[in-house]
Amino acid sequence: MFVSTAARTGWRLPPVRHLATLLGALIVGVAVVVALLAPYVVPHDPFLQDLNQRLIPPMWMDGSQPEHLLGTDQLGRDYLSRLIYGTRISMLIGVMTVVMSGLIGITLGILGGFYGGRMDDLVMFLITCRLAIPLILVALTVVALVGSSLTVVSLTLGLLLWDRFAVVARTTTMQVRTLDYIAAAKAAGASRLHILLREVLPNIVVHLIVVATLEMALAILLEAALSFLGLGVPPPLPSWGLMIAEAKDYMFFSPWVIMIPGIALFVLVMGINLLGDGLRDLLGADLKR
Amino acid sequence: MTNSAADPVLSVADLRVTFGERTEAVRGMSLSVARGETHCIVGESGCGKSVTSLAVMNLLPRGAARSAGHIRFHGRDLMGLSEREMARLRGDKIAMIFQEPMTSLNPAYTIGSQMAEVFERHRRAGRRAAMDRAAELLARVGVTAPGMRLGQYPHQLSGGLRQRVMIAMALMCDPELLIADEPTTALDVTVQAQILRLLQKLQQELGLALLLITHDLGVVARMAQRVSVMYAGQVVESGPAAAVFAAPTHPYTRGLLACIPVPGTVRRDEPLGSIPGMVPRIAPGFIGCGFRDRCGSAMPECAGAVPLRDAGGGHTHLCRLLPDATRAPGA
Repeated sequence: MFVSTAARTGWRLPPVRHLATLLGALIVGVAVVVALLAPYVVPHDPFLQDLNQRLIPPMWMDGSQPEHLLGTDQLGRDYLSRLIYGTRISMLIGVMTVVMSGLIGITLGILGGFYGGRMDDLVMFLITCRLAIPLILVALTVVALVGSSLTVVSLTLGLLLWDRFAVVARTTTMQVRTLDYIAAAKAAGASRLHILLREVLPNIVVHLIVVATLEMALAILLEAALSFLGLGVPPPLPSWGLMIAEAKDYMFFSPWVIMIPGIALFVLVMGINLLGDGLRDLLGADLKR
Repeated sequence: MTNSAADPVLSVADLRVTFGERTEAVRGMSLSVARGETHCIVGESGCGKSVTSLAVMNLLPRGAARSAGHIRFHGRDLMGLSEREMARLRGDKIAMIFQEPMTSLNPAYTIGSQMAEVFERHRRAGRRAAMDRAAELLARVGVTAPGMRLGQYPHQLSGGLRQRVMIAMALMCDPELLIADEPTTALDVTVQAQILRLLQKLQQELGLALLLITHDLGVVARMAQRVSVMYAGQVVESGPAAAVFAAPTHPYTRGLLACIPVPGTVRRDEPLGSIPGMVPRIAPGFIGCGFRDRCGSAMPECAGAVPLRDAGGGHTHLCRLLPDATRAPGA
């Protein structure tokens, strides 16, 4: 049955890598659906505290309750519901960061790579400056100055994580800009904006998609780290990093409170990375045609 | 404006292109192309023929500077045009075809969308009208099933087919001047012949002024009415193609013609002609004949100013030798 399916569709990719990509896509897909539908799929209100129901273990442990599949936290809030809302925060941060840093980084990278000369010097200088900025310290300062909120975290990460976009956009643009079709477009009267957006961008976008997945995973991890340090999403919003931070006092007696968000974070970031690697291989093979 | 033979479509006078302080790629190039005429610029790599075409289009790479007495297109001097005005002419009244059909099309778009884009840009036409025009031109350049080709990507097409697409794309807006920079160099010989025949046919039907850049004297013999032989940034010999081939007057042209094997006259045991040495690197301020180090007739006075000689009938050459003197056999 399986053999006949494979023969019919003619898959030639190594099966392990292919499965890994599918697994990554599945994880990311589930995370997206859960994030979008969070209010409809949560079994309980994630903010509702019940001090009589504190630290109930998850279903596979003794003393669990059927209405709390993953147990409750130190304030009696349903852990599954909080985890689901946490998916929302993580995905939101990931997407916002990628969009914002992508816009900044790709714009800078294309300008530097295409025009070269002084423009490129400026872009390289900005990239170097950015790499010299300690992310956590900047976040600390920003939080100290304006307080912490979801918006502040997204903005901070979005304004700081553009360096890899810029580097990749710059080098790939340099490869593309000397090709004949760019000269042909100029000879056909195309404007500069047209050449950058319609001739260059579509030919480097494959590489940028891979960067986007890596940056998204990084942003999610950084948000968790910032929230763990108390510099990220403020309570009672259920960020996974914040859940880990709040759970660390109880980890010796109720280890699941720290393990569950930790595993969720691990699985999502791994899923995004697997998808990114898979996309790189698939699209890379596509480019070689 | 009328298009009589006396009113050339393109007229370039004393064009100079420098790359910084060290290199002068084009040194006082003049040429004119009339409606329905094919003017070939021929020369070896690095002689400045491609740079000339880019200078006319004002598409020189960064670091290059051009100056000219004039570059007139239908009497309008292109030297004075702004970048925006120039962009409006490019692809519309002046179209260009490049050497490498494999890389001249953007791999990210279908053939149809790339062709339509030019038309939409210059004619403010809708996509449907532009696609119809593209299909019509593809059929005209001999692409079978144009409707299917419009939806295909460049990588699905062969080199010859892509060059046909490039030609059709150049014709989208009914240009009056077509600049073809080595359009057949990257193609194999049978396809070369087809593309040249196609260019010739289109030129006659549309009355194009064709500026054809090539290093292949065979292409020149087949296509050109007028020919300019370039060497080290200068036109060393220019004239009606028939006259130049029948009686080349510049030693360089004679050398080039001696390199071509002609069945019947070249014997197997005799080596083909060759020109010793390399093209010199010419810096601004270079005086004298650029060919003197490789020329069999070189004299001490070749290091001085070189006169322009006229052999009659618009056939000129740049050499101290008189036209008759160079006709003596041997270099």
